[in-house]
Amino acid sequence: MIEVLDVYYTYPNGFTALKGVSLTIDRGECIAIMGENGAGKTTLIKHFNGLLKPTKGAVSVDGSNTMDLSVAQLSRKVGLVFQNPDHQFFSETVEDEIAFALKNFGFQEDEIKRRVDQVLERMGLIHYRQSSPFNLSGGEKKRLAIASVVVFNPDYLVLDEPTIGQDYLQKREIIEIIRSFLKEGKTAVIVTHDLEFVVDLRPRIILMSQGRIILDDTADKALSNLKLLDEASLLPPQITELAYRLFNPPGLEGVLDEKDLMKIIKPLLTRRVKQQ
Amino acid sequence: MMRVFEGLRFRRIESPIHSLDPRSKAVFLLVLSVLSILYSDPLTLTVLLIIQIPLVCMARVVKFWLNSLRGSAVLMIFIFGVNFLTSYFYMGGFTFDGLTMAAAMTIRFVTLIGAFSLFFLTTTPEDLSLALERLKIPYDICFAFTAAMRFVPDIALEAQSIMDAQKSRGLELEKGKILERIRNMLPILVPLFIRSFQRSMELAEAMESRAYGAIRKRTSLYELKMFRNDYALIAFSITFMLIIVAIKNF
Repeated sequence: MIEVLDVYYTYPNGFTALKGVSLTIDRGECIAIMGENGAGKTTLIKHFNGLLKPTKGAVSVDGSNTMDLSVAQLSRKVGLVFQNPDHQFFSETVEDEIAFALKNFGFQEDEIKRRVDQVLERMGLIHYRQSSPFNLSGGEKKRLAIASVVVFNPDYLVLDEPTIGQDYLQKREIIEIIRSFLKEGKTAVIVTHDLEFVVDLRPRIILMSQGRIILDDTADKALSNLKLLDEASLLPPQITELAYRLFNPPGLEGVLDEKDLMKIIKPLLTRRVKQQ
Repeated sequence: MMRVFEGLRFRRIESPIHSLDPRSKAVFLLVLSVLSILYSDPLTLTVLLIIQIPLVCMARVVKFWLNSLRGSAVLMIFIFGVNFLTSYFYMGGFTFDGLTMAAAMTIRFVTLIGAFSLFFLTTTPEDLSLALERLKIPYDICFAFTAAMRFVPDIALEAQSIMDAQKSRGLELEKGKILERIRNMLPILVPLFIRSFQRSMELAEAMESRAYGAIRKRTSLYELKMFRNDYALIAFSITFMLIIVAIKNF
């Protein structure tokens, strides 16, 4: 469990990015943190593995205060994948890049080999094991960045804007990776602007604005709150928007994808056909 | 270390110092630099440091200026330590001379950092480039120089992101023996260099698509012009230099 208790964070330049954020993340949850640029999303997730320590308030991971642990100790549990893969690759081969964290955490040589093989297979990077990370395509780079964290099997996987610069197919692949991670009973936290992308996972939605949490609710409720989404400069999923235009609100909730809409429209259409 | 870079970055503030011509500020900087290298007694060097303070106040950059001094504190301690130890071994023990010498070297360093910080805090990269051009330095070199200045804060930010990413993969920068620590810098330096190369390629392409180098003779939108304040600062700098030289030599 990650507990964030009334956290304030002020950067050395004087900018206060978090103003009293409280939040509890349970094991096995899938959470999407959304909000406009500068809302404090990235600042918040950097508190989860101790890269930032709160100016005021407290953050604890599985009961231990992040103040008392090093980033390396916390990262073993909370795996953070950053936005830009180019900000971390330095090895000559894909294989070495993945093994980097395992070496840092002191895994045995044969265990490292076993895990690297496993994750290469899982991420569809097996043919690139001897390639240079810099020669990969954008989508492969992203998968490699995720692989290099997933490989040490953290309990919490935190992804910062995983879909930026990814095409539709690559986004689907990322979704599948997160889904399989969740299936193992692990926790996923995704920072994103991309509503269409998170809809499939039906995550708990945390909406942030100007350093505060302005909404914390299920995907069904949160994504149907068009007014609030607008305030947070987010576009609702297109299906939700369509449902709203078709059937006057209020009273329509949780229509987020085509299956939801089908459930409403199909009976109406069949009735219409029968009448004719 | 980041603080030093911060202290060399231009701040857009309305002040009489900011609106000075970079050439007059350069004269002042030159005078301070020459004098602080010429003389090495703590008193003169302290005067050279103190003389900057009214200008820093007028430019309203006190906070940033102090920050850059504070950022170089580690180097100050290092310079003091090395000089003091050298004097200890050369003069065979603790002496008052050794102490003043180490202090003077440290004050010299602070004076120089302060003077450069004041100059860069109050001079836009564009003005600087114009001034360099006026000194008949080829535009390509002026541009490279200002572009380099312009990218320092970006690179500092990038270094921070890279450190965060590698620390999140279990890299411990503060652990181990000196050799191990140096090796641990590789995962930071490699991405930083690669990103810098990528960035310069991107910049080159963006410049070429905006017809950089299409014509040989460039004109500029703004022309540098000296005003009364500029002549006043130059006059002050030269007088100040003459007085110091006079006092020291006669």
